[in-house]
Amino acid sequence: MTPAGLEISGGETVLFWVVAPLMVLAALGLLFVRRAVHAAMCLVFVMISMAILYIAQEAPFLGVVQVVVYTGAVMMLFLFVLMLVGVDASDSLTETIRGQRWIGLLVGLGLALVLGGVVGRAAFPPGAGLAGGDPAGVANPQALARVLFGDYVLAMEAVGVLLVTAAVGALVLTHRRRLTPKQNQRTVAEARVKALTEGVSLTPLPSPGVYATSNAMDTPALGPDGEQIPQSVSRVLRIRGQERPAPHAGVALVDADAPTGAAAPRRGEEDV
Amino acid sequence: MNDVIGLAPWLIGFPLIGAAVLLLGGRATDRWGHWLGVLASGAAAVVGFILLFRMIGTPAEERAVDHSLGTWLSAGGLDVDLGLRLDPLSMTFVVLVTFVGTLIHIYSVAYMDHDVDRRRFFAYLNLFVAAMLTLVLADSYLLLFVGWEGVGVASYLLIGFWDTGRPTARENAVAAKKAFVMNRVGDMGLIAAMAILFATVGSVGFADVLPAAGGLSEGTATAVGLCLLLAACGKSAQFPLQAWLGDAMAGPTPVSALIHAATMVTAGVYLMVRSGPILEAAPTAQLVVVVVGAVTLLFGAVVGTAKDDIKKALAASTMSQIGYMMLAAGLGPAGYAFAIFHLLTHGFFKAGLFLGAGAVMHAMGDQTDMRRFGGLSRFLPITWITMGLGWLAILGIPPFSGYWSKDGIIEAAFIPVDGQPWRAWVFGTVAVVGAAITAFYMTRLFFMTFGGRRPRWTENQHPHEGSPLMWWPLVFLGVGSAGLGLVLGIGGTFTTWLEPVVGHAEHHEPVLPVPVIIGATLVLVLLGAALAFRMYAVQLVPEEAPRGSFLTRAARRDLYQDAANETLVVLPAHGIARLVQVGDRDVVDRGWGVLPLAVSWFGAMFRKVQTGYVRSYAAGMAGGVLVIALVAWLVVRLGAGLGGAQ
Amino acid sequence: MEITNYVVLAAVLFAIGATTVLLRRNAIVVFMGVELMLNATNLAFVTFARLHGDLTGQVLAFFVMVVAAAEVVVGLAIIVTIFRTRRSASVDDVNLLKG
Repeated sequence: MTPAGLEISGGETVLFWVVAPLMVLAALGLLFVRRAVHAAMCLVFVMISMAILYIAQEAPFLGVVQVVVYTGAVMMLFLFVLMLVGVDASDSLTETIRGQRWIGLLVGLGLALVLGGVVGRAAFPPGAGLAGGDPAGVANPQALARVLFGDYVLAMEAVGVLLVTAAVGALVLTHRRRLTPKQNQRTVAEARVKALTEGVSLTPLPSPGVYATSNAMDTPALGPDGEQIPQSVSRVLRIRGQERPAPHAGVALVDADAPTGAAAPRRGEEDV
Repeated sequence: MNDVIGLAPWLIGFPLIGAAVLLLGGRATDRWGHWLGVLASGAAAVVGFILLFRMIGTPAEERAVDHSLGTWLSAGGLDVDLGLRLDPLSMTFVVLVTFVGTLIHIYSVAYMDHDVDRRRFFAYLNLFVAAMLTLVLADSYLLLFVGWEGVGVASYLLIGFWDTGRPTARENAVAAKKAFVMNRVGDMGLIAAMAILFATVGSVGFADVLPAAGGLSEGTATAVGLCLLLAACGKSAQFPLQAWLGDAMAGPTPVSALIHAATMVTAGVYLMVRSGPILEAAPTAQLVVVVVGAVTLLFGAVVGTAKDDIKKALAASTMSQIGYMMLAAGLGPAGYAFAIFHLLTHGFFKAGLFLGAGAVMHAMGDQTDMRRFGGLSRFLPITWITMGLGWLAILGIPPFSGYWSKDGIIEAAFIPVDGQPWRAWVFGTVAVVGAAITAFYMTRLFFMTFGGRRPRWTENQHPHEGSPLMWWPLVFLGVGSAGLGLVLGIGGTFTTWLEPVVGHAEHHEPVLPVPVIIGATLVLVLLGAALAFRMYAVQLVPEEAPRGSFLTRAARRDLYQDAANETLVVLPAHGIARLVQVGDRDVVDRGWGVLPLAVSWFGAMFRKVQTGYVRSYAAGMAGGVLVIALVAWLVVRLGAGLGGAQ
Repeated sequence: MEITNYVVLAAVLFAIGATTVLLRRNAIVVFMGVELMLNATNLAFVTFARLHGDLTGQVLAFFVMVVAAAEVVVGLAIIVTIFRTRRSASVDDVNLLKG
């Protein structure tokens, strides 16, 4: 123990008490928001806050790395994949496995209690602090580099191999071998004509309805028979259940006083 | 003797190499394989004769030579040397096996000419010759057992040689299995005998066991003797293990001649004579041997009178003649020499008769029913004459070879043993009566085939002699049947030759004067022959067998041997097997069935845990971590609490 | 303020991450929960490094980041592959190992 010990400044205390609750809130957002994109944004917030805490805790190098690697690379990757995968019914928060919600909550709460309890009951030595503990007195990145390329050089190399392997692995996993002949405009057209009998439309799909009371992406067009044409609404909106019925569906005209657009009940969430 | 002893392993080696080349060479050897087989057997015969002549040129007391080839097994207290014993007894067999074997090989070249599997046939024949020579040359019971099993395998393979593609294929395969299984029963005896010998003498080599036989307790000697007798009964088709020999005729005729008449089936007699000292130490066992021989003698003779199938009649005759040899082998030193002598002459004339039967079948399109033969003497003169010589020999008409050997056995049977004249009377009478029945059925066979005023052929048949390859061996064997006995029997040459092995027999007087015995035998034989001549040569032979008396019907069915085996052995065995099966299925299987039921019940229970949902598994993991953490915490708390209490 | 506050924060974040893994069905969100857990441990590492005056904790945090990056690459590739074949990113749809 260095006699100087570790003094936690008042600024850091303020910082902690400002950042920590926000982090917990953002983390809880991961648990409760419905959209995966929102969850990703919550996580980005947690990670940036984490970087701030690192810097506050005498780890400026890790703080920068945290921003670069996590928010810069990893989270961007997450967003890319989210875009690739698209909107999905799995976003729903409805629990499908019986009892899983309660088990999960119980386990999570238990983990928090046990971990917190251990931390609370453990007897920690008085804090040493890094500035006092670093005999050479060099700044953090250099000191970290000494340890990294000194004691842990082998692990460093192994981790390098791991990264390369992971990159190659991802390539192999996502690589798609062409099993069918390459499609060109002619073959696509021919395939569509051939698939006519299976209900595939030869022409472009109808566009959403344009009405006097509403003119939006989420209202389906009406066919000649007065029925709605579901295909005319974007698939994403349909999956999300955000489409609204056409104001004049099946009827000549509804009550003119009723604000059709707003009053139209939203379709319930449904699995697709 | 010692300068040529090194040739002895080649006796076995030549045919073994021949068999190996033919079996491993496959179809590539099809074109010349049969000649390789003949060559291998012939080479063994040449070696055999070289050794024989060297042995004749050696003083009698130096004729027995043990040729060691090194240690074979060394296990704890059991050391078995791999060695060959050459003495007059084994040399007699070597010459018989190789000479007759080679003749039969030559005969088979022609006989099996049209068989697509001729090469395989010769491979098996060579294998048999090698195994048989191993059997007779072995210097220990263990090596003898190797040869014993070897001939059993060869016999099995050859009986079932035609086990595909023929209408009788199934019967042939069944016959082969029957022979194999019944031989197994006998083999148990040999194994048991070896075990007892090892336990009491501590060795299974002839050189150790036979001199020590006199020192064995009578109970042990009797046990060993009876076990050996069981082995001999299996191999030599003696009562009660005789049932396989008749069915073994399913094999090709040269096989019947070589294996099931001349050589292999006499291995039991060899075993008895070789084990003579053990039998002499056990008078009870000797008596049993004699009884078995006498019973089989009459059994075979009676069966032979009723059979219409030429090969089965000859098979019954073989059984009966081996019964004579067994009877002689049970009479002690007085009988050994005649047993082997009769074995030798029988080997010649029975092989000749079988090959003659083969020639007849060959001429008649594989017909074996004698009621469909008749009047063949004009068409098959060579076969007729050579079979005629064999016929006179087996009848025991002087000076043909059978007379010298069989008469010796009959005389020996009339000698009282241990001062018990009843035995002399009983067994002497059986032997004489057997000779008369033999005369009847062999004359019947001969005249049904060759005599008769009109042929009883079925289809449009044109009998003709086979190729010289077939009839030259017949001529050789016919000459042997005629003259061998005279050459070896006059003045007791053969008896003297075997004396170094079987010991000198003190001369005892039979209960009847010798000329009376000879005269009575001859008269009875001639009576039997005349009766058969009258019934089957003078009178017409019906083409369909008449119903016959009770005894005839019984004899046609081999005196109900198969029915007896079926009732006494097979059915009880089936019963036990069924009991065991039911016990296994209903008690053992049901009992143990509870275990898999319990396991599958638990499996069904725990299967539900495997929901396939990865989140459930993750919950399990996290819950597990929680539980472990709690337990660890509790343990630390308790430990601290206890520590605080102290 | 006690330095252990950081550790408690790490524990709370870890628990939230674990709960996310258990409760969310979207594979990508589940994966985010895993990332949150890793970050929580990193915070603990950094805190302990400071507590003990030993840089090894920071080194370990660094390694955790690298390994996490590799894990994210492979994990997301797997998610994409599964999505291609099953048209779903729900972890509950991949239950072929149901007993």
